[in-house]
Amino acid sequence: MNREELQAYIGDLGAGLTFEEGGDWINFFVEPAAFRELMLKLRADEQLAFDYLFCLTCVDWKTHLTMVYHLSSTRYRYNIVVKSKLDRTTPEIETICDIWRTAEFHEREVYELFGVTFLNHPDLRLLILPDGWEGKNPMRKDYEDEVNMIKL
Amino acid sequence: MIEGQRPVTEFPGQVHQTPTGGIMTGAIADVINWARSNSLWPLTFGTSCCAIEMMSTASAKYDWSRFGFEVARATPRQADVIIIAGTIVNKMAPVLKRLYDQIPDPKYVIAMGACATSGGPFFYNTYSVVKGADHVIPVDVYVAGCPPRPEALLHALITLQEKIKSGGKRERIDINLDKQ
Repeated sequence: MNREELQAYIGDLGAGLTFEEGGDWINFFVEPAAFRELMLKLRADEQLAFDYLFCLTCVDWKTHLTMVYHLSSTRYRYNIVVKSKLDRTTPEIETICDIWRTAEFHEREVYELFGVTFLNHPDLRLLILPDGWEGKNPMRKDYEDEVNMIKL
Repeated sequence: MIEGQRPVTEFPGQVHQTPTGGIMTGAIADVINWARSNSLWPLTFGTSCCAIEMMSTASAKYDWSRFGFEVARATPRQADVIIIAGTIVNKMAPVLKRLYDQIPDPKYVIAMGACATSGGPFFYNTYSVVKGADHVIPVDVYVAGCPPRPEALLHALITLQEKIKSGGKRERIDINLDKQ
């Protein structure tokens, strides 16, 4: 499939996908409610076979959080970016660590740095930050540390 | 050269040739410092991109073994000098302190690059970075740069050698800068 065909094919997989133009890879937004179902399809579909999650991260836009998932198909050499906007006060999204095992660590990292709760994650606790950092979320834009931070 | 001070690179004493060999005389402390400065074993300790420059300094093109640094040790118990090559974060600080404590005396520290000197690009608006490794352990020589070029690290190593040869303690830095 070329890029247009791939985009049309993914668009048919789930309703309410919003594609963004520009950029090297196809990237689109999905509603958190439809997120997990779409990811299962992307993994299982024989025409796509997105078998490799090579990046999982989060962006704080001050008004909302955006989860960003980079998927790759080692069979067809497709790369796509799946995004999902989350509410900033109670960010919650379904886990995908049973679909791509690598997400287990990545989700723990996003949990400690941004405070996103991954529903049904088997072991959601701090990854790198030492004990005592629960709920502090240092990568949030409004995070301040009176002891260590020197403001410009 | 300062009046009355000998060049620090030469053997600190006199060599008397005799038909069957030679006799060397000198103050034992000076001879020990002279020997010690020419065989400094660095600890392999790199926490970020400065470590890449440190590896370059160690390898063939810059080759710090020309100055007596080639035996990089992976354990602090066999090392003499710790080159702090990279950012020190709060989580790393106790590890660095423990490594320093495990190095047998006499021990020396080089703070390589902006991060180890002051926190560098991470000075402002960060929750995790120590603003200079000298908050954790005492530093003998600082190197500027982000990261410093291998020449700069070599210069720092030679500066450390001159500090040792001149009997410099951490509290008393009297390097002869005008030795030429």
